[in-house]
Amino acid sequence: MSERNGALVHIERVNKTFRRGAEEIHILSQLNLEVPQGEFLALMGPSGSGKTTLLNLIGGLDRPTSGSVRIGGDSIDQMSNRRLAAWRARHIGLVFQFYNLLPVLTAERNVELPLLLTGLSSAQRRRHVEAALSVVGLTHRAKHYPRTLSGGEQQRTGIARAIVTDPTLLLCDEPTGDLDRKSGDEILALLQALNREHGKTIIMVTHDPHASARATRTVYLDKGRLSSEKPE
Amino acid sequence: MINWLTQIVTLTRFSLGTVPQRKGAATAAAVGIGGVVAVLVGVLSIAEGFRAAMATTGDDDLVIVLRSGADSEMTSGLSREETRLIADAPGVARTADGPLASSELFVIINLLKRSTGTDANVPLRGVTNGAAVRGDIEIVEGRAFEPGRNEVMVGVGAARAFAGLEVGERIRVAQVDWEVVGVFKGGGGAAESEIWTDAAVLQPAFQRGDSFQSVTARLTSPSAFATFKDALTTNPRLQVKVFKQSEYLAEQSSMLTGFIQSIGVFIAAMMALGAVFGALNTMFSAVAARAREMATLRALGFGSSPIIISVLLESVILAVAGGGAGALASYLAFDGFQAATINWQSFSQVAFAFSVTPPLLIFAILWAVAIGIIGGLFPAIRAARMPVATALREV
Repeated sequence: MSERNGALVHIERVNKTFRRGAEEIHILSQLNLEVPQGEFLALMGPSGSGKTTLLNLIGGLDRPTSGSVRIGGDSIDQMSNRRLAAWRARHIGLVFQFYNLLPVLTAERNVELPLLLTGLSSAQRRRHVEAALSVVGLTHRAKHYPRTLSGGEQQRTGIARAIVTDPTLLLCDEPTGDLDRKSGDEILALLQALNREHGKTIIMVTHDPHASARATRTVYLDKGRLSSEKPE
Repeated sequence: MINWLTQIVTLTRFSLGTVPQRKGAATAAAVGIGGVVAVLVGVLSIAEGFRAAMATTGDDDLVIVLRSGADSEMTSGLSREETRLIADAPGVARTADGPLASSELFVIINLLKRSTGTDANVPLRGVTNGAAVRGDIEIVEGRAFEPGRNEVMVGVGAARAFAGLEVGERIRVAQVDWEVVGVFKGGGGAAESEIWTDAAVLQPAFQRGDSFQSVTARLTSPSAFATFKDALTTNPRLQVKVFKQSEYLAEQSSMLTGFIQSIGVFIAAMMALGAVFGALNTMFSAVAARAREMATLRALGFGSSPIIISVLLESVILAVAGGGAGALASYLAFDGFQAATINWQSFSQVAFAFSVTPPLLIFAILWAVAIGIIGGLFPAIRAARMPVATALREV
C-alpha cells in the first residue's frame, strides 16, 4: 500500500476553506504532510486549528478545496463518493472521541459492522470479531450493550471496530478526550501496542501532551500550517 | 448485491431498534395514519355496502323490462297487454303455472325512519308473481300476503329501518289500511328494502287502472337473453327496453356509490395530507436524532442508498402498523353496521349494511404505505445527503 519512498500518506499543497455566509474561512493553507508506513503520528494544535478537518481529509470523510491527498498511491480527492465509501471501508479504521457506537447493538455487533461490507461469511466475521475483541481485551464484554460498558470499555470497543478489517491506516480523533486519566492511559497503551506489535500506521489528533508522548512523532497545526515545533 | 442487502437489513434493524427511544413521536405518526385509514375504510365501506345491497344474487337470467325512454321503474309504464306480450316472449322460463314473469307496480310511500323519526320514502311494490320469478324470497316471519287482500309483506331491511312494520301492525297508504302479515329475506339484495303487495290491489289504490311499470322475468338460461331482447325490441307492438336485472340495479346505484366513493377518497386525501406532515415530522426528528450514528455508518463505508431505503422502510413499517390498526378498528366498528339511505335515482330508501371487504382493506393499507413513503422520502434523502464530517460532530 505504501508508495515508492515508503510514505503511506502524501498531502500536497492542500487548502481547505469553509464558507460562513459571505465570509470565507481558511482552515488549511498550502499544507504538506507525509506519514511513513508504521508511524504513530500525533497531530496537535489549539481548538479550531483544523486538526479534525485534516484527519477527515486523510480519511476521505471530507474533500480539500484544492491540493492532493494520496493514501498508498490512491488519489482519494479524485474518487466518486461511492468509490470513496468503499475505499474507506477497505483501508481506514476510525476511532472517535465519543466512541460513536450504535446503542442498539451489542459490543460484538458493533465491532462486526465494518465486516458487513466485506462479503465474509458469518463464521468468518465471528472469528474476526473475536480476534479484534481479544486484542483490545474485551472478549468477556462481547455481549454487552454500550450503555452497560464504561467509557474505557466503549472506546476499546470502538478500537476493535476500527481494527477488525485490518485497515491500512488508523485515524483517531481525540481518542482519550472523553476518558479519565487511567482509562486514557489504557487506550494509549493499546494504540501504542497496535503500532509496535501489529505495525499499524496511526494518526492521532489530541490536545493532550501526555497522549502525544506515546506517539513516534508529533506535528503541530496552527493557523492552517503544520510545523514540527510547538507554536508559541 | 448481498452486501447491499446486508447493509439495508443492518441499517433498518438499527433504525427500528431506536423506535422505542422515540415512541411518543412514532406513536403519534402511526395513530395519525391509522385515523386516516380508519376514516377511508369507514366511508368506502358505505359505498361497498350500498353496492352490495343493490346488487342481486347475481342471477344473469333475471331480466327487467321497462317502457322505452324510461330510465327507471318510476318513469316507466306498461299496459296489461304489453306485459302479456313480454311474458309470452321466447326465452322466458315456464312452470306448470305459466311463464316465470311478474308484472309489477312501483310506488313510493312515506314511513317514519326509526333512526331519525322523520319521514322517509319507502318503495312499495305490487307484484303478480314476484317471489316465484326471483326464487330467493324467503319468509322469515309471518306469511306471504294473500292475493286480492290489503296485505303487505316487508323486506328485512325495511322492517329494520322503518317504524310500524312489525307483523300484525297496519300501515295507512292511499287512504287504505294495509296489514303487515310477513317479513321476507331476498338474498341480501334490493328487494329487502321494499314492501310487497299484490299488484291487483295496489292498482286501484293508486288509481293506476290496468297498467304496470315493469316486468321482471326469469329466462330459461342467461344465453337466452339475446333471443328475448331481440324478440321484444323487434316487436312493433312493443316500445320497451330490456336489461339484465344485475346491470339495471348496478346502474340504479351508480350515482350514489360514485358519490360516496368520491367523498371517501376526498376526505381521506385531506386527512392523508395531515398524516404525511405527521410522518415527515416523525422521520425528520428520527433522522436528526440519529444523525451522528448514520454519519458513523457512512464513515465506516455504508452507502447512501441503503440509508435512504432503511429510513423509508422504517417510515413504511410505522405507517403499515398504524394503518393496519386503523383498518382493524374500522372493520370492528363498521363491518355489518346497519343503515338506510335514499337512492336518488329511485327516490326511495335503501337499507344496507356497511361492508368492509378484503380488497377495501388492501386498498387502505396501500394508502398507508403511500403516506409512509411520502413521509419518509425527504428525511431519507436528507439523511443520505448530510455531509459525513459535519454530521459526525452532531451531539
